[in-house]
Amino acid sequence: MAEERPVKLSVRNLWKIYGTNPQKLVTGDFQSMTHDGKLSHVRDNGHFVAAGDVSFDVQEGHIFVIMGLSGSGKSTVLRCISRLVEPTCGEVALDGQDLLRASDRDMIDIRRHKMGMVFQNFGLLPHLDVIQNVAFPLKAQKISRRERRERAQQMIDLVGLSGKESSYPHQLSGGQQQRVGIARSLAVEPELWFLDEPFSALDPLIRSQMQDEFLRLQQQLNKTIVFVTHDFLEALKLADRICIMKDGEIQQIGTPAQIALHPANDYVRNFIGDVPLANVLLARDVMGPPRDDGQEHPQVAHDAILDTAIKMFDETTVAVDVVDANGQVIGALEPLKVIRSLYHDEAA
Amino acid sequence: MTPLANLRRAVIEGWPWLLFLACAALILMTRSGGGWWITFPTAWHVPAADWINTGMDALVAGTQGFFRAISGGLGWLLSIAQWVLTGLPWLGSVALICLIAWQGGGTRLALICLIGLLYILSTGYWTEAMNTLALVLVALPLSVMLGFAAGYAAFQSERAQRIILVLLDLMQTVPAFAYLIPILLLFGFGPVVGLIASVIFAMPPMVRNTLLGFQQIQPSVLESATMSGCTPWQRFKWAEVPSAWPQMLIGVNQTTMAALSMVIIAAIIGGFEDIGWEVLSSMRKAQFGQSLFSGLVIVVLAILLDRITAAYAKRQLPTASFSGLPPLRFALSLLVALVVTIALGWIVPGVWSWPETWILAPANRINSGMQDFMIAYGGAMAQLKNTILFYLLLPVKLGFERAIAPFTWGFAMTPAMKTGYWVVTLLLALGLTGTGRWREGVALTLLAGFMFYGATGLPWVVFAGFVVLSAWSAGGRNVALFAALTCAFLLLGGLWAPAMLSVYLCFVAVTVCIVLGGLIGIWAAGSNTASAIIRPVNDMLQTLPQFVLLIPALMLFQVGDFTALLAIVAYAIVPMIRYTEHGLRSVPQTLVDAGVACGCSRTQLFWQVKLPQAFPQLLIGLNQTILYGLGMLVIAALVGTTGLGQAIYVALGKANAGAGLMAGIGMALIAMCVDRILQSLIRARMPG
Repeated sequence: MAEERPVKLSVRNLWKIYGTNPQKLVTGDFQSMTHDGKLSHVRDNGHFVAAGDVSFDVQEGHIFVIMGLSGSGKSTVLRCISRLVEPTCGEVALDGQDLLRASDRDMIDIRRHKMGMVFQNFGLLPHLDVIQNVAFPLKAQKISRRERRERAQQMIDLVGLSGKESSYPHQLSGGQQQRVGIARSLAVEPELWFLDEPFSALDPLIRSQMQDEFLRLQQQLNKTIVFVTHDFLEALKLADRICIMKDGEIQQIGTPAQIALHPANDYVRNFIGDVPLANVLLARDVMGPPRDDGQEHPQVAHDAILDTAIKMFDETTVAVDVVDANGQVIGALEPLKVIRSLYHDEAA
Repeated sequence: MTPLANLRRAVIEGWPWLLFLACAALILMTRSGGGWWITFPTAWHVPAADWINTGMDALVAGTQGFFRAISGGLGWLLSIAQWVLTGLPWLGSVALICLIAWQGGGTRLALICLIGLLYILSTGYWTEAMNTLALVLVALPLSVMLGFAAGYAAFQSERAQRIILVLLDLMQTVPAFAYLIPILLLFGFGPVVGLIASVIFAMPPMVRNTLLGFQQIQPSVLESATMSGCTPWQRFKWAEVPSAWPQMLIGVNQTTMAALSMVIIAAIIGGFEDIGWEVLSSMRKAQFGQSLFSGLVIVVLAILLDRITAAYAKRQLPTASFSGLPPLRFALSLLVALVVTIALGWIVPGVWSWPETWILAPANRINSGMQDFMIAYGGAMAQLKNTILFYLLLPVKLGFERAIAPFTWGFAMTPAMKTGYWVVTLLLALGLTGTGRWREGVALTLLAGFMFYGATGLPWVVFAGFVVLSAWSAGGRNVALFAALTCAFLLLGGLWAPAMLSVYLCFVAVTVCIVLGGLIGIWAAGSNTASAIIRPVNDMLQTLPQFVLLIPALMLFQVGDFTALLAIVAYAIVPMIRYTEHGLRSVPQTLVDAGVACGCSRTQLFWQVKLPQAFPQLLIGLNQTILYGLGMLVIAALVGTTGLGQAIYVALGKANAGAGLMAGIGMALIAMCVDRILQSLIRARMPG
């Protein structure tokens, strides 16, 4: 349905095991065991699985959200990809290059040019002012002072902090501090953008503002993003694809609609219970084939949320036509199907 | 519950204590026989001191060249520092110090410095003060650098951290005098020994604060530095060190004060025209005017060093309002001040060296005033001293059985009175047990026994048994084992008798601290005015080199246990006051409200709501007070106490490393033992 983009980041069979000697556990015939066999092998040996056999692909320009409650291993996975934490085994390929085989020196180089990361607690350096914080990654690359000030200034303008250049972190509100964090992570113009619960420490109102702004930025920048959150609604709002994790294992990977309409298990279903589906599902997610009855129907864009379409129904409407970007009718919404889809009816 | 049920419960729960009391009573009955269980036989002593001396001789012989070379190098640095500080025109030094103060804390601090320095100049102790300052200035960078290195190593590796923390405990519990002796033997005599001792003594706060500073860095700061593409070295210099910097500057402040304190104390072994030596020798000559004035010079130095370093520490915080000049302009202004004052010194007389005629010397007048005072009030002072000596100090030292005599209390202890004493004690204890408070009953009996026989009159088996049993009931097997080892060390090392004398003086001092400090703390917790008055006094008592506290006590009460008691109390009371106030003030308001809502009166509120809540804090205060008391005990040996402190001091005079170290380790073990017992009590009572 959606156009296939090239894979930017590919994670294969990633394991992170904590314990006295995790490396010993994954050698020998470990690779030939079944998935459950591997897990019980590790756990029976008194080790803790922070990430167990995690595999996924992130396509270029996509927002890939890893969602899970605390202790689910979502942050561990992110840290394994950026190698802030050394994975026990597995494969992480960026543009086909295996990051886990990169030397420390290469890794520093990759971080300097290809990666940016935003942290839950901002991770700002308390002794530097805003512009120095934003310019910090450029300073690490020994870029001249003039140039790094210039580029940092652009980033500050981009996140809407102009005028705060010489404030110190403790003088800023949480939302402003995270804008600094975002500006800093973008300063090196990374291809890969990691965000680790970036909005979790913020007030609900600010959080929602920052999410909108994040989407605006992404439209402009088109980065490949791995976004970690514990907030299911945030995941639905932002993600192109969502990966739900529990106890170090992936429960389901899919688009927001796939997850909302076809939860893989009870654990995932629990999350969906309270979600206002009309705001999550898109017209194209629940549409049926076009109705060729020769009649005029109201029209709705294929990427509009279902709520928009529902408001078009009145006493006489039998269907709403779904049109693509070119105005071509590609499907139709019928009242019964819409209602069923809102009640998690698999038949939809 | 019926009294009988309560008694049964006491037997079931408290049988070890009851058994101990029974054994103790039996042992005490056989006291006149004088078996090995009463006084520890000398034949059982281990000549550990001699072994240490032999080992030390071999070490000195083998490594003397190396250590003497270090000593030479340091001596050279020291003489340069002295040459500069005493060689500059006084106006130059004053200008530089005030400028440095201004850069850190603005005009107010510069003014305080100016007044302080003028005091030093006008009392004629300039050279001595500058010599002391030179010692501090050489010791400080060494302490700071070594402390930083050790602190960072501890941060980097778990194993290093374990080793370093144990070493720190030792460095802070083994009295400085004790490790002065081996340093003396290795490095030779002279001011350098004091310097090295200062470096060692002043290092722990730097290590601790460095470690703390690095541990406090948010993990996300380190991760963000890594993700910014920092190399490990870039991350260290741009993210880790700056983040830990404010905490490290607090360490520098504490290290400076410790270095000053030690530099002063070290005058005992190698005085050379520094201010500590001046105080010590005038104290020995009983020139109280002089010792007071030179003592005040130490106070001034302490305040200046403390305020200046504290100002720089505060200036580094992101919230600081005052930032001074940019570094280059500041350096330039220092240089200008230096050149101008040197030029002035050549031209204007009296700028280079402070003219003799400007020196005020009221010291002799004070001496005669003091004499007049002592003639007028000496009787009353002696009375006060004797009262406390007869009714508090002697009973604890010798026990009622020997302290109550016609000469002291005005009557002798008759057998009938002794019997009465024990009957009343036992009745009270039984009463407490019968009403369900067997712990209080046992405690009362123990206290009555201790007071009857005194610290020096108890057979060693009884006291050691008591210590081990307390340790066991407070902290279980490991703490009991440690207590047993401590007792064994003291007994086998032949240190039991002096140790009991130390215990006696410390016990009295701590009791006074608990009562007085507790009351002051309660007062301060209840009134903001009181708190505002007491806080600076507390700060003062803690920042001053401990040595200085001896002077007023000595002036009024001469040499003796009472004088030592006053000095110890003055120093050790501070934590008791602080923790009492803090504990009471940090009782959650909701609990107080709940108490009021339940209809508590003010006294009920205090005893039943606030005090139980504050109790863990009080225990922490008690722990600190005991450790401070033990630390001060050694310094109080200067005014003629008996006990382990004196043993160390005597060993120092004879450069007897073995005896000094044994006594020092003994004191450290006692301190650690008390610390462990109280810490386990605190842990048991801390919520969560």
